[in-house]
Amino acid sequence: MTTVKNFFATRWGIISVGAIIGIFAPLLQKWGNPANMGVCVACFNRDIAGALGLHRAALVQYMRPEIIGFVLGALIAAYAFKEFRARAGSAPIVRFVLGAFAMIGALVFLGCPWRAVLRLAGGDGNAIFGLLGLIGGIWVGTLFLKGGYNLGRSQNTHTSVGWLLPLIMLGFLVLMLIFPKVQGQEKSGVLFYSIKGPGSMHAPLIVSLAVGLLIGFLAQRSRFCTMGAIRDFVLFKQTHLLLGFISLVVVAFIVNLILGQFNPGFAKQPVAHSMSLWNFGGMVLAGLAFALAGGCPGRQLFLAGEGDGDAAVFVLGMIVGAGFAHNFGLASSPDGVGTYGIPAVIIGLLTCLFIGFTMRKEVA
Amino acid sequence: MSKIVDARGLSCPQPVLLALNEIKKINKGELVILVDTDTSKENVSRAATTQGWQVKSVDPEGIGYRITVSKE
Repeated sequence: MTTVKNFFATRWGIISVGAIIGIFAPLLQKWGNPANMGVCVACFNRDIAGALGLHRAALVQYMRPEIIGFVLGALIAAYAFKEFRARAGSAPIVRFVLGAFAMIGALVFLGCPWRAVLRLAGGDGNAIFGLLGLIGGIWVGTLFLKGGYNLGRSQNTHTSVGWLLPLIMLGFLVLMLIFPKVQGQEKSGVLFYSIKGPGSMHAPLIVSLAVGLLIGFLAQRSRFCTMGAIRDFVLFKQTHLLLGFISLVVVAFIVNLILGQFNPGFAKQPVAHSMSLWNFGGMVLAGLAFALAGGCPGRQLFLAGEGDGDAAVFVLGMIVGAGFAHNFGLASSPDGVGTYGIPAVIIGLLTCLFIGFTMRKEVA
Repeated sequence: MSKIVDARGLSCPQPVLLALNEIKKINKGELVILVDTDTSKENVSRAATTQGWQVKSVDPEGIGYRITVSKE
């Protein structure tokens, strides 16, 4: 047990976890997930919001089992290695707001950091602008961190507090089993499904869930975080997490080549638009929000699985943010940014700046 | 008595930031960092090592760990 525990915290540990994600994400695409979207924490939470009817964008409604697996896999790993620890109370409302705006920023770009590199690995050149924005947003975040920004301390709390998000995810899974997709039907029981579009494209439930559980387990062990990868490099010149992120993009690129899923170009890339400025701007917002919240969307799911009730609030913020993004016409589509996407990015950035500038008091 | 940095309850990257700030301030000697998660334990140990400090001991304390690092 000890050897395994040490291994994933090592350099080769994080590289192998990045590689495993890099293998399975393109495979999930081959098995049915949308193109360059083997795993996308932002898109998949958005699809979950759609499945629940929190928005009614007909093309993006599906209860993604990968997300459920991420949380439950991390929960299993945390218990297996005696790391589950319920804690909460570190500025939950701030985390909720950051989660919501991170989602809005990511949906203006059309992807979380994971999907940004998966898009790059699939040949989508627009992802370069998204990644540059992500780096820019995180860089601004590190300036706040250097200036003393912090979210305050969390408190240890009842175990059940840490269990709530995993239980919600388990509940989502049960709903999926009770109300499974019926071909050609938009609704099954309480759940919404997409008949066409990205929401209709998915690997078989059991496959998605299994891969989700595997990634959740490994990511909890290795602390895989795409935002942390860039932040630690900018802030400390540390390359530990960055190696995992690079490993993901390199391996995903190779697997895409093998599977014939590499299609280089800028125009007409799958579930993407080519408005470079807003690919950049959306991810500046997302990157800054992730940096202020202390983790990329994937990492927030894994933290929530190991008992972090504040990360759980960030996750709920993302799901609610996705509802706003589609109900208010903020999310982009292959045609370009949504009607109110640009003002939403600006409001989000102002909100992040407000949070960053005002939460600088020394921690007690 | 070595200086103690209490990073319990703080999320990433605060424990590492606080530890490194103190390491830069005192330059050498001994420093104790209190953390409450395994992630922070690994991150702080890794960061101290890259600064040329040695991790002398990691002891369970309360629900977390007491990390002692030093540099001659």
